[in-house]
Amino acid sequence: MGKFQLITKGLVKENPTFVLLLGMCPTLATTTSAINGMSMGLATMFVLILSNMAISAIAGLIPDKVRIPSYIVVIATFVTLLQFVMQAYTPAMYETLGLFIPLIVVNCIVLGRAEAFANKNSVVDSALDGLGIGLGFTLSLTLLGLVRELLGNGSAFGFKFIQGDGILAFVLAPGAFLALGYLIVLFRKVTAKKNN
Amino acid sequence: MEYILIIISAIFVNNILLSQFLGVCPFLGVSNKLSTAVGMSGAVCFVITLATLVTYLLQYYVLNPLGIGFMQTISFILVIAALVQMVEIVLKKVSPALYQALGIFLPLITTNCAVLGVALIVVTKEFTFGGEPHLLNLGESVVYAFATSLGFGLAMTLFAGLREQLALNSVPKAFKGIPIALVTASILAMAFMGFSGLV
Repeated sequence: MGKFQLITKGLVKENPTFVLLLGMCPTLATTTSAINGMSMGLATMFVLILSNMAISAIAGLIPDKVRIPSYIVVIATFVTLLQFVMQAYTPAMYETLGLFIPLIVVNCIVLGRAEAFANKNSVVDSALDGLGIGLGFTLSLTLLGLVRELLGNGSAFGFKFIQGDGILAFVLAPGAFLALGYLIVLFRKVTAKKNN
Repeated sequence: MEYILIIISAIFVNNILLSQFLGVCPFLGVSNKLSTAVGMSGAVCFVITLATLVTYLLQYYVLNPLGIGFMQTISFILVIAALVQMVEIVLKKVSPALYQALGIFLPLITTNCAVLGVALIVVTKEFTFGGEPHLLNLGESVVYAFATSLGFGLAMTLFAGLREQLALNSVPKAFKGIPIALVTASILAMAFMGFSGLV
């Protein structure tokens, strides 16, 4: 697999949200607006790249039996680091995303990439893999956030261009499930057409 | 009175699955059959309550006195992972029948974000039950955790029942599997929105 493919596979073929259906909790919970979705995606990408690199570097040292707990400790370390960075530089966004920043620890995407890719590939490849999957996750979350913001609030990335209230349900919980369901259908339709 | 408010709020108004989106992975993953959904709910109920009790004590009697409150993410996840292992071992010895019923779900629970989520909520979020905002005390925390896991079980059981019915109907090809489940969950979440304003 070429270096370029490592980055692009996360966008469509192995898209974590629409194809692999991983990391559903932050996907549904933080996409109340495009900006929030994008921030959550970038935060996850930060952890994903760093944990992929670290795990790839130390994979040979960890006994096979305790590898999963060791990966979790590595991931939790980077999540704590991320919490400090966000508290220092983007305190408002840290408040908004709240609980879902520490919960990156149990995001199955991060642990999944460690187990499926990082522990048997080089540091550079693992970093690129983290970048690719992270980009796919960020784009999916931004898209979902954009749809929900457009329908729920009549705005995009904070710019309001439709006057009046939107359909409030799309900002609340039911809209998250509904929008994600229909986006997956759309994604399946588009990719199925491309394959034929 | 306060405990009743906590219970109603955690089960219906702020349902962990349908309004807080914690633990959605098992919600979508193991809700195909009613029996597995009930098994999963039982295991989650057990682990959430126990994990919250232990992490609460850890936060207030170890981390805070040492001034390392920021270590909570790392230490909580380790405690939860160890606890799940321990519960599995103890259950296997003490009650093989219960182990048979819950066994396969236990390893999955470590990465269920509802467990870590509730453990973090009770030590960080301020609640307004009965007067001014305050952090929950030990009793309230455990009650909150237990009620939350009951809410998890309720949503899970309802959803599994719906999906069992859904499996008998013909669904458009692109909607098969997760998408139709998400649309169903959306309607269920809308129904639960009716409870808002209750507490």
